Amino acid sequence: MLKVLKSGLLTTIQDLGRYGYQKYGVITSGAMDPEAHRIANLLVGNDQRTPTMEITLKGPVLEFQEDALIAVCGGNLSPMIDGETVGLWRPIYIKKGSELRFGNPKKGFRAYLSIAGGFEVTSVMGSASTYLRAEIGGYKGRALDKGDTINFGELSNSSQKAFDELKDMAGSKPYQTMDWFVATEFSAPIQDEPKLKVMEGREFHLFTDDSQSSFFEEQFQIDSQSDRMGYRLQGSKLELTKQKDMISEAVTFGTIQVPAEGNPIILLADRQTTGGYPKIGQVATVDLPRIAQLKPGEQVSFEQISHKQAQYLLLEREKQIQQLAQGIRFKNR
Amino acid sequence: MNYEFQPLGDQAVVIDLGNEISQAIHEEVQSISNLLDEHQPEWIIEYIPAFTNITILYSPFLVYQQIKQTETLPYDWVCAQLRQMLTQNKREKVPEPRTIEIPVCYGGDYGPDLANVSKYTGLKEDEVIKKHMNGDYIVYMIGFAPGFPYIGGMDETISTPRRDDPRLEIPAGSVGIAGSQTGVYPITTPGGWQLIGQTPLPLFQPEEDPPSLLQPGDKIKFTSISEKEYLAIKEDK
Repeated sequence: MLKVLKSGLLTTIQDLGRYGYQKYGVITSGAMDPEAHRIANLLVGNDQRTPTMEITLKGPVLEFQEDALIAVCGGNLSPMIDGETVGLWRPIYIKKGSELRFGNPKKGFRAYLSIAGGFEVTSVMGSASTYLRAEIGGYKGRALDKGDTINFGELSNSSQKAFDELKDMAGSKPYQTMDWFVATEFSAPIQDEPKLKVMEGREFHLFTDDSQSSFFEEQFQIDSQSDRMGYRLQGSKLELTKQKDMISEAVTFGTIQVPAEGNPIILLADRQTTGGYPKIGQVATVDLPRIAQLKPGEQVSFEQISHKQAQYLLLEREKQIQQLAQGIRFKNR
Repeated sequence: MNYEFQPLGDQAVVIDLGNEISQAIHEEVQSISNLLDEHQPEWIIEYIPAFTNITILYSPFLVYQQIKQTETLPYDWVCAQLRQMLTQNKREKVPEPRTIEIPVCYGGDYGPDLANVSKYTGLKEDEVIKKHMNGDYIVYMIGFAPGFPYIGGMDETISTPRRDDPRLEIPAGSVGIAGSQTGVYPITTPGGWQLIGQTPLPLFQPEEDPPSLLQPGDKIKFTSISEKEYLAIKEDK
């Protein structure tokens, strides 16, 4: 069990989303950076879909009331155990009574804390993701708060081996990390002023020539009114050649829509299931993790790729994650 | 059935069935939904029906693992599969729709904007209620919020524009009018609809399967209940 001593800015339990109920208007929620979430799970021997803790900018303070095997992936929000800095992207054994806290954010915006066996929360409609507005899923349908306690599940065989090995090495120290970590492009997706790979959206052709070229050539700033639902962007106003009454239809993770006032919005994990604004673009799935790590105030721009390229990149990425999973299983054997 | 495929990002395909809201297109959407309910291949994650199209979310990587051909784009394979399914879809008619009765306590504190609608339309409050109850309603799609129905078929004479000053909190169960649409709010949200009443029925039921009281294709009958009846039903739920 762990106890929340301080909640942090926005700390929620998430998994890979509540899929299958969008036809009833139920949003998917889920990790904003699905790759960091998946790798954090792989590192501790969990299934990739196991719930993790999504930590936003200012992290929580957590007291471990039993020994555990954990990993922190995603943004570097300065994780520390009993005051000592610990590395990201690696399995960590943490001893009962130790405290995991987060210091000043160094790079990125969101970190994912996984725990061997997973956080035990009630699954709603097949998912543990927190859906804040409807108050369902995750920990009692809300963000974590001071005083909350969460249990962990049973360790898998590979988790148990890594746990035992690190516990042995730790001796009386409050924690012990493996002597290896994930050092691939997964652990380094965070750049300043990134260029995100974007496909044309379904209504791209309805925008003026000027708007079409501004979209792919200019920088946009992430507005302070940005959250898990979507990132609002400020920059050149994007306009349609003529007003069109749109009929509501499905949107997905990464859809970029443009309301009448002309500022684009990138729809993210807590987006509504359907939307009625013209869609100028769609972020390639491989670049979704990069958005999750951007802070309000930062600059972003878009690089055009074809739908075909985006899909091939997605397949490549999935193959890399499979290889990584095999590599980790081999290390933890 | 005339349709076109278009990608929505790299993990979804939209089956476009037309450009305007109509009963005929709605039935085509329903027919495809029913087909997928009966047989959903494992590479399909889920589908999202809308007024004029249906979006299929799929996993390109599952497709890749299934076809084991690196040169075939998963999207092309998915479109071919869907085309085959649609060609073989022999059903001519969708099943007879359900009719769901929604009891509403109209006016007063439950419908604070009934007077606005009455003033805007020039109809007496009683007449607005009567016309609202007599609509030939059909649920085209669910979206915007969990269990929120996009309903077609409201009597045009009670159409009223949204409020100039949207409310920050509209209570769950509120029945409203926005332009020529009517709707029911399943959860508390901000919004600019003209509120004419409230239903005690929960439209979003996260513990139930399905979690939405209404489904695309349903017919709706609004009935008028007193405050006493409203409270009694609410107590029961």
